[in-house]
Formats: sequence, structure tokens, C-alpha cells
Amino acid sequence: MSFMVEKAGMLTLVQDLGRWGHQFRGLTVSGPMDQFSLRMGNAMLGNDENDAALEVTLFGLSIVFSEERCVVLSGADLAMKIDGSPAPAWMVHHVKQGSRLAITGVGTVGCRAYLCVSGGVDVPLVMGSRSTFTKGKIGGYKGRALAAGDVVATGEPNPLWRKSAGLVCPVELRPLRGKDEPIYASDGPQVDAFTEKGIATFYGETYTVSENIDRMGYRLDGPVIEHVSGPDIVSDGIVHGSVQVPGDGKPIVLMADRQTTGGYTKIAVVSAWSAAQLAQRLQGDKVRFARVTEKEATELLVKYEASLRKLHETRATYRTR
Amino acid sequence: MYDNPKFLGSGDSCLVVEFSDGIEMAANIALQNLRRALTLRKTVGVREFVPTYRSLSIHHDPIKLPRDKLEDIVRKELFNLKDSSETEKRVLVMPVVYGGEYGPDLRNVAEHTKLDESEVIKRHTSTDCYCYMLGFTPGFSYLGGMDESLATPRLKSPRVLIPAGSVGIAGKQTGAYSIDSPGGWQLIGRTPLRLFDPEDAENPTLIDAGDWIRFSAISEKEYLDIKNDVDSGRYKPEKIIERAQSEGGVA
Repeated sequence: MSFMVEKAGMLTLVQDLGRWGHQFRGLTVSGPMDQFSLRMGNAMLGNDENDAALEVTLFGLSIVFSEERCVVLSGADLAMKIDGSPAPAWMVHHVKQGSRLAITGVGTVGCRAYLCVSGGVDVPLVMGSRSTFTKGKIGGYKGRALAAGDVVATGEPNPLWRKSAGLVCPVELRPLRGKDEPIYASDGPQVDAFTEKGIATFYGETYTVSENIDRMGYRLDGPVIEHVSGPDIVSDGIVHGSVQVPGDGKPIVLMADRQTTGGYTKIAVVSAWSAAQLAQRLQGDKVRFARVTEKEATELLVKYEASLRKLHETRATYRTR
Repeated sequence: MYDNPKFLGSGDSCLVVEFSDGIEMAANIALQNLRRALTLRKTVGVREFVPTYRSLSIHHDPIKLPRDKLEDIVRKELFNLKDSSETEKRVLVMPVVYGGEYGPDLRNVAEHTKLDESEVIKRHTSTDCYCYMLGFTPGFSYLGGMDESLATPRLKSPRVLIPAGSVGIAGKQTGAYSIDSPGGWQLIGRTPLRLFDPEDAENPTLIDAGDWIRFSAISEKEYLDIKNDVDSGRYKPEKIIERAQSEGGVA
């Protein structure tokens, strides 16, 4: 079973939860910009939560299926059509052999969606993962974004895959919050390299998502954050959400395709939860940071896990109807 | 190096254990020892360890393994490590064909250092180099310990494409390019070893942080023979395990 890409859209990448375990080799993790939406999409189909899906940025994608399957679009509620009829995001749809699925426009919130297919997207595992790392030309579909004409295989779905058709994720369980939710962050390893004034600026002022955003990082515009003596350090580790402040005093939040190590001071680290929220914002969107402890940041993950469990239960009862 | 390593926050899913704010071999050896001890523990909830020049990042699942529990475990291991002075020294022998088309900048280095080319080769192969960390590209090793008389500035204009395996000098640093990439290092030779192989699911990178590299001069014929064996999967890189001196080895 496979699907053929008619139009690739702005940026369409195969991603699973990432190529973990190789950062010590200098290898980027990659994986989804919004792990929470990907995991929920897979849960709705009864897939393994690490199954690969298409990370779709904005619109333009159009694919044709070679066989029937179930699909769901999670994350941003982009406008989707199946064989010309509107097909809402966060709902499991059945596609027939020869069905055409198109992402035709933006929705009410977010810019990145996950098109999950029962059985998952099947590309070769590279170093334990199907995630695409375009800069390193590793993983995914031939190490690159999808292009028109590509034929992409999907995996063997579980025997009950048809039963999910029609399932809708309750609105209150969906992980995507509005653009007003603060971006929760805890102190970074070099918080001491900033003046009290610099730290107050970072948490007190409003920043704007600049035009320099990609899967590696989000550069933000806004008031300059003051260092004690300078921005350079002997390189140390970087995580998803690390907030680097280089010499110009403007924060850069590092994302899925981040490098493994870096030599700039890190004032804060965005919580895993909020890193996914930020990844759904676009140029011009506002960002306000809120200082939390690591424990408080972990609570956000605990809440998500509860929602995910609820979604699994919803799916279980749906199937028995 | 700090008397006691610092625990630094790095978000909800990572703890940084920092040993120094500079580049010191003693600090790096200490963090490698901690990494090894923690790896042997196989703690549930630990995702991976990332050693850098001066710190160990411990990525963890905060739901399975909360931060305070992780810190307790690290503290215990650091205490146990205080008594262990003896560590092993893992040496990878890296055969290199120096000069000619393989090392087009050997002459630059000889001119800059006012040494014969043969003397440059002799000094480059005379000291073991320590791998502090990997980064930049997968498998690229940041090495320290090169004979400092060989220090030569980078090229004024970087090359667009440097073949994988190229061995170069940049200031006091030496190292080998792990994949074809642009770069400005002075290229003095090339190793036939494959430093990064994404097809190798078990061990895609040959060098690990904490390893020592012993450069060994080979002829062009030996280079081609070894390259042939590497390409056909027959070559087994020479790895030696030595017992390091209690002072922590050659610095």
C-alpha cells in the first residue's frame, strides 16, 4: 500500500518521534515540531505512538491513495478535502482506493499538522528512526522533503483499523492552545550569565516571531536581553526548547532540527509542552514567556498524558459501539 | 574544574552536570567516567547521555524519572567515582596517508611552522590526541593534545567541499572530517577509515568522546588497500585498551 504525491505543498516531511540516542555522535534528533499532536493522531488510529506520519506545514499538499486506509489530520486544523468534500481535522476519515486527499487552506489555529495513516508511513529506518533530517540528508523519504511524483509506502495496519473511522477527538483533549497562552520556560544552564534586568526583560516583555524560523530554530524580535559580560561559552549541550541569546540580545528558541551542542549562553529552556505550542506560531505572532520551575513544567506533561489516556479510552468505547 | 560538579537546569526533560567552565582534560575524563557509570546502571527513564567539553547532559523522561530522583542517582555515582583513580585508555589507531593529493596543505603547515614536511608528519604521529566531544557534523571529533609546534591558522578562504576522511589542522586543533563537507582546516592527509556510516545500525560513528586517537603514517598503497577493505566491510579498525596512569594520562 502506498500513496502518490501529486503536489508536495510548502513543506511535507516524514517524521516519527525522532532519532534519539545518537546526540553523543553529533547527530541531530529531528522528529516532530509538535510531538503532542503527532502522538494523539497515532492514538486515534490505534497506531504505535512512534509510527511515522507526514508533518504538513500550511497547505498545498495533495496525495492519492493506492488502497483504502484510515487517516486523521492532527495538530493545526488546516482545511482538508477528501475527493473534493471537506474533511475536518481531528476526525478519522476512511479513504478509498484512488481517493485524493488535499490540504487546501489554513484553519483557526496553528500552522503544522500531522497526517497520520493507519499502519504509519513506512520509509526505511535509519539509525532507529524514520524522521527526516533534511540538512543532514538522513532518514525520511530519501533524506528530503516530499516532492511531486514520490510514491510513499505505508505500513501494515492493525486488524481493527477500519473501526476508527468517524472517531472525533473531543475538543478539550486536543493539545493545541491559542496564541495567547504564555510560553512556559524554566531557567537555563547559563541564567547567571544575564543581568537581573536582562532576565526581567525576557520574562516581562512581549516578543514577536521573526521571519527567520525553520525546524532548527525560531528567532524572536523584541527588546534586547542584557548579558553580564558576553554571550560566548565553551560549547555545551542543547535541548529542544533551549533559548540561546547571542550577542545581539535577541532570543533564539531551538527546535526539532537543532544542533546537538552550541556556544551561546542559554537564559532559559522552554518546557516541552510550550515548545510544541510555539512551533504552531508564525511570523508576526506574539510570544510572552512565563517563568516556571522544572516541576511545574513537568505538570504540563502529566496533564497531557491524562488527556492521551482519555483519548485511548474514548477510542476503546467507540470501537465497541 | 569545580570541586563539586554543578547541577544545572535544562528544561523539564534534561539535567546538565557541569564539571568546568573551560576546556580541561581532567574535567572531561571525570564526566566520561560518570557517563560510563550511569550507562552501566541502565536507569529506567533515562533517554540518553550527551557528553560535551565540560558537561554531561542527561536526557530523561520526567514522568518516569523525576528530576530529584535523577539528581540523587547522579550524586551517588559521583561519590562512588571519587575513589576510582584508575581508568582505561581506549586508543583508536588512525592510519593516515600524508601529503600529496591527500594532504594538499601539508606544505602550508611546513612553511608556517618552519619544519620539514617529514618532521610535521613525525610530530603529528608522535602524540595521542584526546577526543573531548563529537559535533559539528555526525562523527566529527573535537581533538586536543596535538603537538603545539604544529599549530597553523585556518585557510583564509574555506574549501567548498572536503572529502570525508580528510585530516586537518586548525590552530592548535587537529581532527578528521567525518562526512563530505565545506571547511577551512589545513588538510595534511587522509584516513581510509569510515568515521560515519548511517547504514551501520549498531555503531554509526567510529570514534567516541573519551577515546584517544593515535595517528599512524601509511603509504598511498596501504591507503588504497585499507580503503578497499573498508569499502567491502573487511577492515577491522585497530583499537587498543591501555591502563591510564593514575594522574589521568597524558595531558
